Amino acid sequence: MSDSLSVKASPRIKTGAQWGTLMFDMEIALLPVVLFAAYRFGFGAIKVIMASVLACVLTEWLYDVCLKRKTGITNGTAVVTGLLLGLTLPSDINLYVPVIGGIFATLIVVLLYGGYGQHFMQPALASRCFLLISFADEMTTYTVDGISSATPLTVLQQGGAPSLLDMFLGNINGSIVEVSTIAVLIGFAYLIVRRAVKLIPPLVYVVSFVLYMGLFGGHGFDMSFIGAQILGGGFIFSVAFFASDIVINPRTAAGQVIYGVLLGVLTGVYRTMGFAPESVSYAIICCNLLIPLIDKFLPGKVKEAA
Amino acid sequence: MKNKHLDAIYNGIIRENPIFVLMLGMCPTLAVTTSAINGAGMGVSTTVVLILSNMLIAALRKIIPDGVRMPAYIVVVATFVTLVDFIMEAFTPDLYGALGLYIPLIVVNCIILGRAEAYASKNTVTMSACDGIGMGIGFTIALIVIGLVREFLGAGTAFGVTIYEASSVFEPIAIITKAPGAFLVLAMLAALQNKFKMKSATNGVNGGEEKGCASDCESCGGQCQ
Repeated sequence: MSDSLSVKASPRIKTGAQWGTLMFDMEIALLPVVLFAAYRFGFGAIKVIMASVLACVLTEWLYDVCLKRKTGITNGTAVVTGLLLGLTLPSDINLYVPVIGGIFATLIVVLLYGGYGQHFMQPALASRCFLLISFADEMTTYTVDGISSATPLTVLQQGGAPSLLDMFLGNINGSIVEVSTIAVLIGFAYLIVRRAVKLIPPLVYVVSFVLYMGLFGGHGFDMSFIGAQILGGGFIFSVAFFASDIVINPRTAAGQVIYGVLLGVLTGVYRTMGFAPESVSYAIICCNLLIPLIDKFLPGKVKEAA
Repeated sequence: MKNKHLDAIYNGIIRENPIFVLMLGMCPTLAVTTSAINGAGMGVSTTVVLILSNMLIAALRKIIPDGVRMPAYIVVVATFVTLVDFIMEAFTPDLYGALGLYIPLIVVNCIILGRAEAYASKNTVTMSACDGIGMGIGFTIALIVIGLVREFLGAGTAFGVTIYEASSVFEPIAIITKAPGAFLVLAMLAALQNKFKMKSATNGVNGGEEKGCASDCESCGGQCQ
């Protein structure tokens, strides 16, 4: 097979962008979140993130060694997966949980499907769901400064009203990323400047989620309720880093709009009718599965790679 | 292998293993393999039905009219399943309770009907019996292996004996004993079987390719075209 016919891993259309630079941008964008986590939770959160990153990188390296092929860990994709996964976990969780999560995300969700670029589902979120079902107690016990309490979304589900300012500044309880809204927004702004994200799905996602919550959330367009829904849980983080993903997204603009609406509606359905207070990760991996279908019906015109 | 009887048995266990190669009988495989004991119970009861029904169908193969062969096979299989069902209820009530609905459902097990249609209706009684033994042992081994892996990872036990307890170092991964775990473990084991190219009907002469499908059809053993 000649080189001109070989199919390289996506992204195929965007010219100039390489896996390495894209992933380096992601790492820089996640840096504020990690720093904020270190400030807010101390060394515990850093240990969780490190464990998850190491598990991802080592799994990929071992897999490549076992298959006797050139290793792909140098392009940094495994590091990003590990960072994203570690950030969605509680800060004081037992370290075997991020390790198992990292192995699952890398080995089962990515490598067995042909490696990065051919995976069909967000590895970090798929792994988070896997952990959520396996270690339900561990995954939903959040502790900040030695005090464990309910997260804002749990308060909201039980009819309380958490303070929006506290949620924005991070004076709340939750997983590592749940408390660092500002840091996430800074990272997202950096990605937009570097043009390393898609903008349609996140925008449509936010709009459709707000509309759904306003219409069917049971509180009308009450700003404190909708604000708390947006700031609570992993919503902002998912909008910034998962819905905007450049690989796992429909190809055409119309497809991306449909994808965004589906994300918003599913997140709303899960939050209002689901048993668990937080279900953004389920919504996103469900919609990931629908992307090939969307692309099939809205194929668009695919430009030739330069 | 020279002996044709042994060859038929070997064929069912390795080359055309009903679970890992033919991918037949997925419902009981996924549903009852929460532990190795349950898997073994399911495997053995299916094996008994499979051998007996294969033999009877092979004996009647010249009498059963072609137009009504399916209903005839179902009657034969259902008779043996009812026997096994009553015997298990009487002698192994615990296992019977654990397997529940899946015992009567052996009637519509794809492996049994598949072997009746594809093998027993064309071969002699002894050959059909050997085929039933091979397929049954292959099915049982596969169920025990899947059950053992799921039990070990998901509950920390093997054949009901505790191997490790939940601690701060490691805790059993609960999802493996739930429904998603069945799919994960089955797929992983089938992938391993393929990777190490055990001699089976689906591992082509040239072997598989390295990665996904790189449209390298010539060297691919797949059947996509």
